[in-house]
Amino acid sequence: MKVLVPVKRVIDYNVKVRVRADGSGVDLANVKMSMNPFDEIAVEEAIRLKEAGKAGEVVAVSIGIRQAQETLRTALAMGADRAILVVAAEDVHQDIEPLAVAKILAAVAREEQPGLILCGKQAIDNDMNATAQMTAALLGWAQATFASEIVVDGDQATVTREVDGGLQVVRVGLPAVISVDLRLNEPRYASLPNIMKAKKKPLEEKTPADYGVDVSPRLEVLRTTEPPSRKAGVMAKSVDELVDMLKSAGVV
Amino acid sequence: MATLLIADVAEGRLGLDATAKAVTAVRPLGDVTVLVLGPEAAGAEAAQIDGVARVLVAEDHALAHRLAEPAAELVRGLAGGFSHLAAPATSDAKNILPRVAALLDVMMISDVTAILDESTFERPIYAGNALQTVRSRDAIKVLTIRTAGFDAAAMGGSAPVERVPGVSDPGLSAWVEDRVAKSGRPELTSAPVVVSGGRGIGSKEGFEIVEKLADKLGAAVGASRAAVDAGYAPNDWQVGQTGKVVAPNLYVAVGISGAIQHLAGMKDSKFIVAINKDPEAPIFQVADFGLAADLFEAVPELTDKL
Repeated sequence: MKVLVPVKRVIDYNVKVRVRADGSGVDLANVKMSMNPFDEIAVEEAIRLKEAGKAGEVVAVSIGIRQAQETLRTALAMGADRAILVVAAEDVHQDIEPLAVAKILAAVAREEQPGLILCGKQAIDNDMNATAQMTAALLGWAQATFASEIVVDGDQATVTREVDGGLQVVRVGLPAVISVDLRLNEPRYASLPNIMKAKKKPLEEKTPADYGVDVSPRLEVLRTTEPPSRKAGVMAKSVDELVDMLKSAGVV
Repeated sequence: MATLLIADVAEGRLGLDATAKAVTAVRPLGDVTVLVLGPEAAGAEAAQIDGVARVLVAEDHALAHRLAEPAAELVRGLAGGFSHLAAPATSDAKNILPRVAALLDVMMISDVTAILDESTFERPIYAGNALQTVRSRDAIKVLTIRTAGFDAAAMGGSAPVERVPGVSDPGLSAWVEDRVAKSGRPELTSAPVVVSGGRGIGSKEGFEIVEKLADKLGAAVGASRAAVDAGYAPNDWQVGQTGKVVAPNLYVAVGISGAIQHLAGMKDSKFIVAINKDPEAPIFQVADFGLAADLFEAVPELTDKL
């Protein structure tokens, strides 16, 4: 079984984002970018499936600007076999919407015929949490979102999902799209020799036109603003003083 | 202009708070039809929410666990008469609605915090560090509503309830089991007071002092990702960018440093109290009242003195 893993290049999760004063967006120039943390977990899971003999080939896909090839090299260094880069944007500030990404991924899947698409549950930049579900819909495949455990057995997978009340276990027929949650696994670090080897692994470059997909946005971003900031609070010196503060504020 | 609002239903019961808050959010868009994927009783309760014009109840085996594939087919089939499809941003809605949107070839608009007009919406991005205002060009707008910022609509309505036929299960997936965490405490996302613990709690047993304070305040218990990852607390207690988003009247953060991802889930709380032994912890930058102290001494003392 082949596993397709979509990965996204996003602002590093530790960076405190800066909103541009003119409301045109978040400043991404000269900011540290990394692989979306959920996608690292998806790559890790795909490699573990391969190591367990449940997956044959692991193909990483990224859609965005040309620099996303760094993210793909990271996936290759972790253990993916080859990569596909779909260059869909010229400017780092142009975020391709989940619907367009899903259409491209569905087209890649029709070409590659994977048994499984493993992706992150959401990207930490647009916080949409939609691409996996949309891709499954377009392919007419089953979906299992927010996975914290995946057991692949023949032509089906049993997936434990993190849901509001606790956990839900579902069984999906393959091929399927599974989106992964934080607690699925601990992604490995790429070793230096593997980083070197990854430079020689195949990375194919495509465009949305190759798949007949129009990436123009459905949502026009009118403005991006800073959220209202909270006014500075006060420090209590003792529990008694804290209790007094809470009482005088009327919160207890 | 009419909205189909998918009610929050869990274990056969209406999630009244989330549904009533979503009704408040979408009511300016015109008539609100609530779709209940669940039993008639949940539909009857939804019919009493003020501002609901009509309730549709779809109850059948294929929908019993709100699996995405049959649920999305059902919603897609009903979408024709509506300009907006919406739902409170629960894990069920996040699972189902993007699938519906793709089936309709429209974009998903997730976690809407404000509806400015029929096609203009505000939503947080980058873990809540920026707010984006977007205008949709799509014929049908598909939204999940971040309910924390809306007041629940009052009760007292009496909307007609209609049954709609279910769907044939496409048979792509099957439900196996639910492992639901039972708790007698208020539900996290609707509780007026939340007490959360973080890595500083140090152990699963240590969480008892957080729970005792919560019980004293009639609060729900939350946790940071670090506390959940370390096994101190179950995953459904997680507050943050990837967990639940809460905006209670009072949020007490115990042993939580205040990482960006945690703040994303609680910084719209009315009052924030932080207890942490590190006076430099970022949580103090958003706290209204802070106490730099050893939580193992301060929290039991606070519980006693309240």
